[in-house]
Amino acid sequence: MNGEIVIRPQRNMFRVGLRELWDYRELALFFVWRDIKIRYKQTAIGILWALFQPVAAMLIFTVFFGKLARMSSDNIPYPVFVYTGLLLWNYFSSSLLHSSESMVANANIIQKTYFPRLIIPLASSLTGLIDLAIASLVLAALMFFYHFSPGVKIIFYLPALILISFLSSTGLGCFFTSVNVKYRDVRYVMPFFIQTLMFLTPVIYPISIAGDKYRWLFLINPMSGVIETTRAVIFNTRAPDPRMLYSSFAVSAVLFVTGIAYFRKTEKYFADII
Amino acid sequence: MPESIIQVKGLSKTYSISQKPGYLALRDLLAESMKRPFKGRGRRASKERFWALRDVSFEVKRGEVVGVIGRNGAGKTTLLKLLSRITYPVSGEICLGGRVGSLLEVGTGFHSELTGRENIYFNGAILGMKKREIDRKFDEMVEFSGVEKFLDMPVKRYSSGMQVRLAFSVAAHLEPEILLVDEVLAVGDVQFQKKCLGKMKDVSQSGRTILFVSHNMAAVASLCKRAILIEHGRLLMDVDTQKAVSTYLDRNTSEGAAITSKGLKGRVEGVIKKDNPTIQFKEVAVLDQNGNPRNSFSSEEPICLSVAYECLTQVSDLQVIIHVVNAENELILATQNQDSENHAVFSKVEPGIYNSRCTIPPNLFGQKRFYATIHLRHAAIEHLILDRILFFDVTFSGYNDVVSLHRTMANTYIRPKLRWETGKVNNFCEALEGST
Repeated sequence: MNGEIVIRPQRNMFRVGLRELWDYRELALFFVWRDIKIRYKQTAIGILWALFQPVAAMLIFTVFFGKLARMSSDNIPYPVFVYTGLLLWNYFSSSLLHSSESMVANANIIQKTYFPRLIIPLASSLTGLIDLAIASLVLAALMFFYHFSPGVKIIFYLPALILISFLSSTGLGCFFTSVNVKYRDVRYVMPFFIQTLMFLTPVIYPISIAGDKYRWLFLINPMSGVIETTRAVIFNTRAPDPRMLYSSFAVSAVLFVTGIAYFRKTEKYFADII
Repeated sequence: MPESIIQVKGLSKTYSISQKPGYLALRDLLAESMKRPFKGRGRRASKERFWALRDVSFEVKRGEVVGVIGRNGAGKTTLLKLLSRITYPVSGEICLGGRVGSLLEVGTGFHSELTGRENIYFNGAILGMKKREIDRKFDEMVEFSGVEKFLDMPVKRYSSGMQVRLAFSVAAHLEPEILLVDEVLAVGDVQFQKKCLGKMKDVSQSGRTILFVSHNMAAVASLCKRAILIEHGRLLMDVDTQKAVSTYLDRNTSEGAAITSKGLKGRVEGVIKKDNPTIQFKEVAVLDQNGNPRNSFSSEEPICLSVAYECLTQVSDLQVIIHVVNAENELILATQNQDSENHAVFSKVEPGIYNSRCTIPPNLFGQKRFYATIHLRHAAIEHLILDRILFFDVTFSGYNDVVSLHRTMANTYIRPKLRWETGKVNNFCEALEGST
């Protein structure tokens, strides 16, 4: 028989099934496309909402932390400083939030059809990339306004930085979405978890204001390295710290692999308990 | 000899039974472990298990169309879910020799905010079609659904019928080597159901392998040559459809064949309804010749419709009327107690509970689903109606062994056994003249 499929009680959980995932790549794009469509249906300004959130956050942080609290920003104008932080942070947090909700949100589809389940959280993370691209336009405008010109380096760094953010948010998202299938508590924990994480990440402050004592905290948080490196590259004021980038990458890879392994281990019973 | 495309060996599936809803909150888990700190959770979970399927084995050859029948909860849907990899077995294995498409529901993934066009694409993709495939069949799907004009409107503004039609036409254009279908024909109006059944027939004739789950015995009989009967998770028989269907009907004393006053509450419509009722329905039922409630009959059996009611005061001129209608509510047969009962019985009815029974003789109906609407009338004073309260399915068993089932024209409402006489006519003109 050609194209034979064998279904057995599950034993091997570490087979990721890349080939099958590749066969279903179109479906992942359909999920992305649907999520974008649905999100901005019947809205007056449509996809411009993708700009609203980071811009509004930037304004609020600039007023409270930049102007009133006089937060240090490594001598970079605070609005562009915080926007750089928010850009990838928002990508990370929104794709984490969406992917951890994704299985339950698509429960009906999961119970009625088969496709590699990984498609769903992956598509949630990919959807965030579109918002990221749109929000980047504002960064470009801000950089132009404040006369920053990034070096050529950015061409090499940017994909790596996005990749790290993608790996960590997808890894965590896959883990949480599996847990969410069984324990709906995740839905209530996530916003709190993400908010806490934001304050542990140099989004609104530079890493320099924290002493060396807490350095390790930033090293195990992949988004710290991502944001610090983004700033270093974009403002071109200092050389990026390779140590931070490597540790970010290592941590994100670990998150990604464990998250997916956990997902693969539990996914076969999603349809039964969701 | 065509090769097998589906091989199922010793397939079992269990679900753990817990009193709690499907998912847990961490809180429960913590509370549980506080209460019984020394008991392992794992052991507790493995205690109560429900066997949805137990040691099921069968094979399907390429191009076969196999019906899967059995009562609600027998394990039919679980079987399809296992075959389509939505869920996994606890033991046993399945080998599939081709791409599987499953239709466990029409309109999976339909989103009310998306337009008809967008939903066609997304739904198609969910069912396993590639974009190019959808592009190619798009016009055909739209035409089949008949919603051309509303294609760019969000489906939330569609009528439910339109949504179902659109959803089915996407599903119907799925072209996998193995198609698994679960009760999808139970949607939409009768016109559309017919269209769907027709489409299914086309698909089955194109050499695709189909596993077809349905409660509609008529549909199973007309589509499948072979059927699998499942009962309580076990494969009871794997034989030709006729035999499987008749066994199923024999064993099937279904729920819903008898409805008591509790179930009738809220179903009674009144043309003339009173605050102080004089008459009241008590129970209605479809019964077989032994008085057991049942929904499925062979055409060779008599079907008994029973109406129990209470007269709360003395009733003059009591009428019990039964209309047998089809799903479109077209009247097929009408009958009333006064047709054959003695005038004295119904002209002056004392208070009390009564039961009127009407027996429909065998060899009358064709292979269809019928509904019964029951009227209870206290002439000019009160008139209660139970609209299509009962249903029954008739499986036409044929009047003659010589005529194969495919030539019996079973699919009509009335298919009575009438007297036929044929003689040889020697001289046609003469005979004609002779008759005038």
